[in-house]
Amino acid sequence: MEKYETHTHDVIIIGAGGAGLRAAIESSAKGASTALICKSLLGKAHTVMAEGGVAAALANVDTKDNWETHFKDTMKGGKMLNNWQMALYHAQEAPERVRELEYWGALFDRTKEGGINQRAFGGHTWKRLAHVGDRTGLEMIRTLQEKGIHSGIDVYMECTITHLVKDGDRVVGAFGYWRESGKFVLFRANAIVLATGGVGKAYKYTSNSWEYTGDGHAMAYEAGAELIDMEFIQFHPTGMVWPPSVRGILVTEAVRGEGGILTNSEGERFMERYDPERMELSTRDVVARSIYTEVEQGRGSPHGGAFLDVSHRGADYVKRKLPSMYHQFMEFADIDITKGPMEVFPTTHYVMGGVKVEGDTCSSTVPGLFAAGEVAGGMHGANRLGGNSLSDLLVFGKRAGEGAAAYASGKSHASVSAELIEGYANELREPFNNTQGENPYTIHQDLQDVMQLYIGVFRTEENIQTGIDKIEALKERARTLKIEGSVMFNPGWHLCRDLKSMLIVSEALARCALARKESRGAHSRVDFPESDDGTWGKLNFIVASKDGVMDLETRPIVEMPDELSKLFTEDK
Amino acid sequence: MSVAKLRVFRGDAQGGEEKEYEVPVDEGMVVLDALFYIQANYDGDLAIRWNCKAAKCGSCSTEINGKPKLACKTRMDSFAEGETITVYPIKAFPVIKDLVTDVSWNYEVSKKIPPFTPAEDTEWIMYQEDVERGQEFRKCIECFMCQNVCHILRDHNRKDAFAGPRFMIKIAEREMHPLDVLDRREFAREEAGVGFCNITKCCTEVCPEDIHITDNGIIPLKERVVDKYYDPLSWLLRKIKGK
Repeated sequence: MEKYETHTHDVIIIGAGGAGLRAAIESSAKGASTALICKSLLGKAHTVMAEGGVAAALANVDTKDNWETHFKDTMKGGKMLNNWQMALYHAQEAPERVRELEYWGALFDRTKEGGINQRAFGGHTWKRLAHVGDRTGLEMIRTLQEKGIHSGIDVYMECTITHLVKDGDRVVGAFGYWRESGKFVLFRANAIVLATGGVGKAYKYTSNSWEYTGDGHAMAYEAGAELIDMEFIQFHPTGMVWPPSVRGILVTEAVRGEGGILTNSEGERFMERYDPERMELSTRDVVARSIYTEVEQGRGSPHGGAFLDVSHRGADYVKRKLPSMYHQFMEFADIDITKGPMEVFPTTHYVMGGVKVEGDTCSSTVPGLFAAGEVAGGMHGANRLGGNSLSDLLVFGKRAGEGAAAYASGKSHASVSAELIEGYANELREPFNNTQGENPYTIHQDLQDVMQLYIGVFRTEENIQTGIDKIEALKERARTLKIEGSVMFNPGWHLCRDLKSMLIVSEALARCALARKESRGAHSRVDFPESDDGTWGKLNFIVASKDGVMDLETRPIVEMPDELSKLFTEDK
Repeated sequence: MSVAKLRVFRGDAQGGEEKEYEVPVDEGMVVLDALFYIQANYDGDLAIRWNCKAAKCGSCSTEINGKPKLACKTRMDSFAEGETITVYPIKAFPVIKDLVTDVSWNYEVSKKIPPFTPAEDTEWIMYQEDVERGQEFRKCIECFMCQNVCHILRDHNRKDAFAGPRFMIKIAEREMHPLDVLDRREFAREEAGVGFCNITKCCTEVCPEDIHITDNGIIPLKERVVDKYYDPLSWLLRKIKGK
């Protein structure tokens, strides 16, 4: 076969958003030779787009806040389906992880007393989100990037990993290609951390960047790891609606956190009907369904959304606290949000489901394979609270880095089967060699339409089944792809493997959505509108590959210990 | 729906040529959408970097009708009806393929800048007015368009001597961090070549984040360097301390 490069490290981390960077910093700090592999240039990962803030019970603004309340908010927001151990670590460790960013140079917005300022967000009892205007993710990724490049990590940019390489049960390497040259590369390692983010690009309207093609989910699945809770995909209530070119781009929850009001075409503040107590700051699943319902019932805005207005806070305030939103609407939609309302509609934002991991070390069910951040499942249960993903990636990025470094320590590198590698290489080159075949761009667009239509905010057995049939047909078509051009920086070729990942994850989403016959969090079944706490509320879905076929099983949730469950009864 | 004509650079380090494409234009469409249309319908291998398509990541810097722009932020309706739109890679960096250039030099420079360094016993209190100067520079999305238009890099190719505007504000940001204790003035002068900038402000003009690179970053940095090196008292102190 053609020649390829080989690099050898103790730990490799696939994905260089917040979770990957945090994992790499920790792994390196623990003395492991650490590689960080990113699909794009460093600092461009999806974390850069996070806006509203990072949730941590620092209690700088609302002094009553504490980890117990954050833990409870997270579990309730996730409809008690969360991995309680993860939610517990997350609530307890987030404050220190946020302060740490400050020690590394981050400049969060300040309170009058000179501490880190915090803002209100949906489902959080207290003002909890540390932020920098509405560009918190950029601040975080830059801070971690800066810390990272001075931490002795080897960074490999614009490298796509396509296959996890196993020796017996455990992962021993990762194979992929340089985007620039199209040449193959093998990374040998004793531990691998997946930090590849989500899968929003399987949908037509999404707030996610191009990298969100479910690579980590798919590679873990192919390597035999279990995925959990895949039916839960978050539709962020407020994406842009108009013009068509920007449909789906995120409108940060901070707009509502800063007092933004939602109204319908009749001028009614409709959240009064859906959640009179929390109103616009209800959890994302509720607000998304409410907006969707208003539009469905004919009370939508001119372009089929709801109105979101924050102009009453005054132009100066809006420009100071929501500068990106101001520019985004001004430049893309010719709308001045300091003077009038935006139009918003739910947009695919985040996958709660992911690789099943242990909270302690983020180890998956495959030895040597770890996962952190959005690609990991369990932490957020059936619905994630805003701000909890940025804290998740810090807390579990660190834990995964630590876990991977400890696992790798003292192990010698296993041999990698040449035959295996040749098989992967041939599979990847196939679209160049096929004389006939489909255009990957066409199949991608078709998949996006299918997911948008059939596995959306509201679901029924009939439409999910239709979605599954269509995904099956797309899988068949995607078997033979054909592309033009050379192997050098060829986006059409890159899409071929990304498409395969998206198809695997889409199928998992659809199959779990069909199986969960109740409504819970982000999963809303029109044919089963109620939550069934006694039955379904006690079960997680596990997806795994059995002899090449997608297998689905239910597994009882792990009950939390008494001292924690007491927190919830005391509350009543 | 109208149809736009785009002339896009296709080629690599060895050279290339413009290729013309016709793309239907929808309301609110941006140049990046037009490039996607070309990929999906004409040439699947057209290379362009992009990530967020929301002007937040700074990946899709190109030269559109000769001007450095983010392709995701340049609306098709900003051109006259029938106007041909040319799209080229940014000029200050070597072409890899089509619209993708080799910007790795920037990452090498970035690594050389001494990191944020707080005192051992720092009390972590900072006020909003103290962090705002740094926050302005930290808005930078690293699109490298300021590097691209800086004539020291673009026309004179002095990458050996000048770190460029993006890294001037990075040094400035560290220097202005209220809790940083490291002195980077020598670095700014000797390694980063702050003296090369002659304040033409081209960088400020192209910044998609409206960072006042020259006024708020480079000029204050130059002043600090001048204070250190040309202030007679500092000069005397350096002599005595032997630094």
